[in-house]
Amino acid sequence: MNSIIALSLLGILNLFLGFWLSRKTIQAATLLFLAGSMALTAMDWNHEMLWYGRMFHTTNTSISFSLIIQLAAFMVVSFSKGFGIDEEHTHPAEYYAILLFSVVGAILMVSFDHLIMFFVGLEILSVAMYVLTGSDKRNLRSNEAALKYFLMGSFATGILLFGITLVYGATRSFYLTNIAEVIATTPQASTPVFLSIGVLLIIVGFLFKISAAPFHFWTPDVYEGAPTIFTMFMSTVVKAAGFAALYQMLTGPFGSLYGTWVYPIYYISMLTLLVGNITAVYQQSVKRMLAYSSISHAGYLLITLSSNQASTSSTILYYSLSYTLATIVAFGVVMLVAEYQTGRTEKPENFSSFEGLAKQNPGLAFCFTISLLSLAGIPLTAGFWGKFFVFSDIFNRHVYYPVILAIIMSAIGVYYYFKGIIAIYFKEGDIERIELPALVKFAMWACTLGTLLLGVYPSIVKNLF
Amino acid sequence: MQSIPEIIRTIPLTHYIMLSSALFCIGIMGVLTRRNAIIVFMAIELMLNAVNLLLAAFSSYYSDPAGQIFVFFIMAVAAAEVAVGLAIIVMIYRNIQSIDIGVLNKLKN
Repeated sequence: MNSIIALSLLGILNLFLGFWLSRKTIQAATLLFLAGSMALTAMDWNHEMLWYGRMFHTTNTSISFSLIIQLAAFMVVSFSKGFGIDEEHTHPAEYYAILLFSVVGAILMVSFDHLIMFFVGLEILSVAMYVLTGSDKRNLRSNEAALKYFLMGSFATGILLFGITLVYGATRSFYLTNIAEVIATTPQASTPVFLSIGVLLIIVGFLFKISAAPFHFWTPDVYEGAPTIFTMFMSTVVKAAGFAALYQMLTGPFGSLYGTWVYPIYYISMLTLLVGNITAVYQQSVKRMLAYSSISHAGYLLITLSSNQASTSSTILYYSLSYTLATIVAFGVVMLVAEYQTGRTEKPENFSSFEGLAKQNPGLAFCFTISLLSLAGIPLTAGFWGKFFVFSDIFNRHVYYPVILAIIMSAIGVYYYFKGIIAIYFKEGDIERIELPALVKFAMWACTLGTLLLGVYPSIVKNLF
Repeated sequence: MQSIPEIIRTIPLTHYIMLSSALFCIGIMGVLTRRNAIIVFMAIELMLNAVNLLLAAFSSYYSDPAGQIFVFFIMAVAAAEVAVGLAIIVMIYRNIQSIDIGVLNKLKN
């Protein structure tokens, strides 16, 4: 809990540091701040508590999600060097400060116990992301991505709010516990019609935010247009926070409405898998392929949500962590290669720009390979166990169609992830050695080793609570 | 003198729900059909205001202030969103001298 106060204040401090210190020093300071707030978050472990007028709830689940979010932010900050934007016109302190603020929003989103807290957290996160998406001011693609993200994001917020209002109208409270109680005790016949409409609208709003299938159309454009370092942040932090919040919302207050929301989630998860994986096959740009892959991973996570087992929360936690580690490395390598290729080829983010990467940069190639293998779900990487837990959750419900579909879709996934691996190892290219700053090297190897470690010992995270 | 919640309660709750839903749908249609970024933006604001109206109505019907507190939060957050959104639109206008969202299709292919 203290971590949100600390992060808000340190974010402001960060802005002031920008007056005196160089970018490198501010980066180090931001890393220090994030490490400190992670320690503060971890201190609440096993102390389940309600804060701020019962609006904020720290449980072991919410603490683990907060830690994942801060870990992702830590890695993203380590990867940041100049943000891929022209050094001359940037004020790096602002970007670091906005990153810290958005982490505050994400933490609120995973530990809310009141819908106002949830809404404020969601908006802190989203508004910060709109700014970061458009941070490459003179680049038209970044502008376009920012406008699309902003319009779609606030549209989704509007839908979500209307849903929250209808739920409030039906239950007369914003507290999750009260809502759950009212829904459970009111007989079916006297429940207002708009309760289930409200629940469905809330789900639609969420599906926009986590980019599930019929509402995913903004994702590839935004992920491609944003500076890669912020795409990395968006695809890990926003997604993990969104899924944690959706899980908390569906199983907490709407737990007894399982029959209302399970079918939409169930069909949408299958649609998301189909759309995400099949479209990813046709992409030429690695960044866009990773955007579609993030859509398909949302599909796997939705499957485990629809199973609603006791183990669902730890499955989501494990999957988010494995996805976060792999995605950070994948986007990081895309960022480094694209920076190196700028001006040399027409499209620095295409598969063709990666050809021959392994010859001079074996370390970079190895990390990229491991992260793609993990995203594809190959054994001995974290991604394999993530998928395994998802499948076993839904299997326990004795529903088999999504499992069959998901297995076929993972096979398709292997195809497009291996396109990247083939390009770096088996194609001829003339990429010279890319010099990496020490922090980037550290973050890359830490994520890769984490992926391998979780692939060998999944129980470290899975049996956390 | 009548207090405001009582005046609000002279109209049945269903009417408020109808009105807000209508405003909300107009907002959605605006977002989906209009091509000018500012108008789309206004349509989104209309959606948020439909929500505010409904929250205020529910809150006075149930004599529960929480709904009206939520309205304050929505208004504050919407103001922050407007600041960021208009900044994005100004940034685009500087680069391409237009705010038609149809022009922005660089990322499609």
